[in-house]
Amino acid sequence: MASVIFLMFAALAVFCGLNVVLRRHPISSALWLIGVMVSLAVLYGLLGAHFLAAAQVIVYAGAIMVLFVMVIMLVNAGAEQRSDASRMAQLLGLPLLAGLLAVLGLVLWRATPATALVAARKGTAHDVGTALFTTYLLPFEITSLLVLIAILGAVVLAYKEKH
Amino acid sequence: MNPYLLMVLKAAVVLAALLATLLYIQWVERKVIAHIQRRLGPYRVGPHGLLQPVADTLKLLLKEDLLPGHVNRFLYLLAPFLAVTLALISIAVIPFGPQIELAGVRTWMQLTDLNVGVLFVLAISSLTVYAIVLAGWSSNSKYPLLGGLRSAAQMIGYELPLGMAVAAPLLMSGSLSLREIVLGQQPFAGGIVPGWNIFRLPFPQVISFVVFLIAAFAETNRIPFDLPEAENELVAGFHTEYSSLKFASFFMAEYANMITVCAMATALFLGGWLPPCPAEYGSDYAPSVVLAVAGALLLYHGLPSAFRRDRLTLPAAGLAALAAAAVFLIPAVQNLLVPLFWFLAKTGFLLFVFIWVRGTLPRLRYDQLMRFTWTFLFPVGVLNLMATGLVVALGA
Amino acid sequence: MDAVPLSWYLVLSALLFGLGVAGFLFRRNIITVFMSIELMLNAVNLTFIAFASRLSQVDGQVFAFFVMVVAAAEAAVGLAIILVVFRNRATLQIDELDSLKN
Repeated sequence: MASVIFLMFAALAVFCGLNVVLRRHPISSALWLIGVMVSLAVLYGLLGAHFLAAAQVIVYAGAIMVLFVMVIMLVNAGAEQRSDASRMAQLLGLPLLAGLLAVLGLVLWRATPATALVAARKGTAHDVGTALFTTYLLPFEITSLLVLIAILGAVVLAYKEKH
Repeated sequence: MNPYLLMVLKAAVVLAALLATLLYIQWVERKVIAHIQRRLGPYRVGPHGLLQPVADTLKLLLKEDLLPGHVNRFLYLLAPFLAVTLALISIAVIPFGPQIELAGVRTWMQLTDLNVGVLFVLAISSLTVYAIVLAGWSSNSKYPLLGGLRSAAQMIGYELPLGMAVAAPLLMSGSLSLREIVLGQQPFAGGIVPGWNIFRLPFPQVISFVVFLIAAFAETNRIPFDLPEAENELVAGFHTEYSSLKFASFFMAEYANMITVCAMATALFLGGWLPPCPAEYGSDYAPSVVLAVAGALLLYHGLPSAFRRDRLTLPAAGLAALAAAAVFLIPAVQNLLVPLFWFLAKTGFLLFVFIWVRGTLPRLRYDQLMRFTWTFLFPVGVLNLMATGLVVALGA
Repeated sequence: MDAVPLSWYLVLSALLFGLGVAGFLFRRNIITVFMSIELMLNAVNLTFIAFASRLSQVDGQVFAFFVMVVAAAEAAVGLAIILVVFRNRATLQIDELDSLKN
């Protein structure tokens, strides 16, 4: 049962990922990226990380991608034009990419024993929260400071002076 | 019984009930707003306009289904579908009642209980922004685009106070599962005062409740925050270019979101399906009393009425209400349906508040709306969360 | 079967990461390049959480949480930079942002 769900949503994630990279218009890429994030959220749920699955949808799909979509609409640049890069790069690019992926996949397949199974382990908000506020308290506080700096930076950068 | 079959049956029942409610909440809204404005509302189509929603649905279905040439076709068709789907999904984690036993099958009156139920509802509500933004963008026209972007900014701006308002009762309940939250409100303080989160010591969540309701008004694009779909400001906002069933889908999604948000408020703040006083004090007889009073009022107003239509329909409705009151006196029915009655009563009251506010308040201008959330509602939500956290930590 | 081999998760993660790298190298629209970076970060998150389940620890999930937060901060600042670049250069093609060349 878990294998069926995994295969379905893994295939969906790869299909959406392909579309992110292949689509001409940035809005289409953004929507397919939302598809990747939601299918990954299902996979996190399958792994037992329920809190992370919900956080993935709320933070990534529901906030970061909304930011992307709104910036794309604000800028309204339109579809990407065909590039006039070198023929050699176009011919070699795809086979080399396929080769890289094949090597990566093969190495990972060989490195993990076939008996290494992953079942759903505990991942409730309680567990993640306990770890965040005890072992990882310093990184947590530093990350919140980082987010504050990012907010200030974004506001300062995008601010238009009203003359 | 096969658990999958049980799940399918429960889902079918909830979906049927939800769709019927969606149809008739429109009628209730029109009647309530009409009576606030001292007129009758739908009256002719069926007795007291009860067939008006059917007539409206037929009208919308039979209208010409346009697909304008200048729209981005895939996104144009995706947006209403997304709106309705997301609006109907979040009902799955709302608890309607306790565990019941019906014909040998023991089950909770809830479709599924996720241990991150509250986060699930928040996640779905943060995805509904896309439906509106895509509707505005795909229409390739300036009024829908403006309406869509404004609505997106409004919904994102009010999502934060919503999250803060939801987090405060979570601190007191100690769980993200809606079932656990409702069960945690069961103990009666001093034997009489209900332990609902809105009254619960050490920190009654009244501010959270108010912040949640205001943020909910904005999340569902209702007055006073409905500028994105205002008819006299932006033509019709983000659904200008839509017709027929796709147009109806957006309204269905808005009402479904309203129901979900009221149900969430009931579960989080008003104690879900719990009665306001213990069963020893006769709270099990409350449905009978309410229905009997309603029946008596209908008979009292219907019999001497000037209109012949009222003389026939109102007493008939009154007699039906009295019959229902009699049915509620049967103990078997009481065990099964009284918690559901409390849940529906509380949710219904909140829906009435939504409709009441629509008939009463004017619309906020866009900059007033955004200023309100970022300079007032969000800080209030954060301070309330901090105060709750402090009180809970000091008490624990 | 209730459990899935770990290698499946790792291969999926590698596939998504490779697609992200491809998008990063081949696409010319700066926003699409940015989205490929987000795709790579998601692939890494999947690896973290798969290992967290494999080793029955919650630390992997905490790391994934931090990656999410940092990605949010990076997206905010990066998109602000893209907006400023668009305002000054009126283009989103990275090939045309070459005023420091030659």
